[in-house]
Amino acid sequence: MNASSKGTVVLIGVAIGIYALKAAAPTVLGGRPLPRLLDELARFAPAALLAALVVTSTLGDGRRIAPDARLGGVIVAALALARKAGFITTVVLAVSTTALLRAVF
Amino acid sequence: MSTSSVFGAPSHPEHEMSAESREADRRAIHKRAISIAVALTPFAFAFGISCADAGLSVWHGVGFSVLVFTGGSQFAAVGVLRDGGAPASAIASALILGLRLLAYGVVMTPHLSGPRWKRALDSQLMIDESVAVGLGAGDPSNVRYGYRWGGLSVFVLWNIATVAGVLVGANAGDLIETLGIDAAIPASFLALVWPRLLDERQRLIALVGAVIAATLIPLAPPGIPILAAGLAAFVGIARARRPDTPKPPSPVLGGP
Repeated sequence: MNASSKGTVVLIGVAIGIYALKAAAPTVLGGRPLPRLLDELARFAPAALLAALVVTSTLGDGRRIAPDARLGGVIVAALALARKAGFITTVVLAVSTTALLRAVF
Repeated sequence: MSTSSVFGAPSHPEHEMSAESREADRRAIHKRAISIAVALTPFAFAFGISCADAGLSVWHGVGFSVLVFTGGSQFAAVGVLRDGGAPASAIASALILGLRLLAYGVVMTPHLSGPRWKRALDSQLMIDESVAVGLGAGDPSNVRYGYRWGGLSVFVLWNIATVAGVLVGANAGDLIETLGIDAAIPASFLALVWPRLLDERQRLIALVGAVIAATLIPLAPPGIPILAAGLAAFVGIARARRPDTPKPPSPVLGGP
């Protein structure tokens, strides 16, 4: 499969699955509490997955760990978030730090 | 961004609101919804860049932003594709990340009245931000109003910024790297996870997840490190179930 048809398969799969998650309670299940394990996974899985995505999109290059200027940008983004910077500021700082590092080195 | 306003929402007395204070509440809702939607545009732009980087068309980008419409899962799916992961890994990562939407549905159900087709339409707007604006609306009679304003404001700007991102990403070539725009992707993930890290247990889970992912990058096909990191959630579950720990707070809201 090429990138485009792979993308279409993933788009359809994710769209159906996510809509089912969004609409399950309002249209079918009602407001009953979720089973305990599901509720706990809903609460705890996002932090694990998002942290993993930070790592792979910063350090990963296919199956290699290849840190580059992005790492500097992400560190600055973390500092900005720690100082309660807004989303726009954070992203702009990460981008400009990375650009600066690439221009210098 | 939304945690404090959701759970620290002003408590209103039970009696009927005056038309005047209802109007004031609604004006506050409009302002909040629009400022959140504007603040999210860099993420949608980064998502568009990510699509272009993964070899996807502008139609894929818009397809994700209209049909999936939940930032974290969109990013996860396209991120796995971009790294060369299998479609099944991309779909699974996106859906595990989206499990919280099921929990939001339970919270929002009492506020989404009307015929089933209306509830089915309202459901598509279920994202962190719409739930946050809705529950932060103050008076219960304004929850659905806030939810719709939050959801629709984000929907419109999110899609415009996605298109811009794909077009820029597809045509800028080397400029993306030269200008450091590729760093917007990890920075977006970081900003999405950040509000969760305020909680000690969530911090531990994030740390374990990050270590699992970093360890597996050289060992497993792309996508698998992210899915395997999901196992870190069980660290949190084990701690939550320890009898001596206090009851955990409600699901953390944050990020698109």
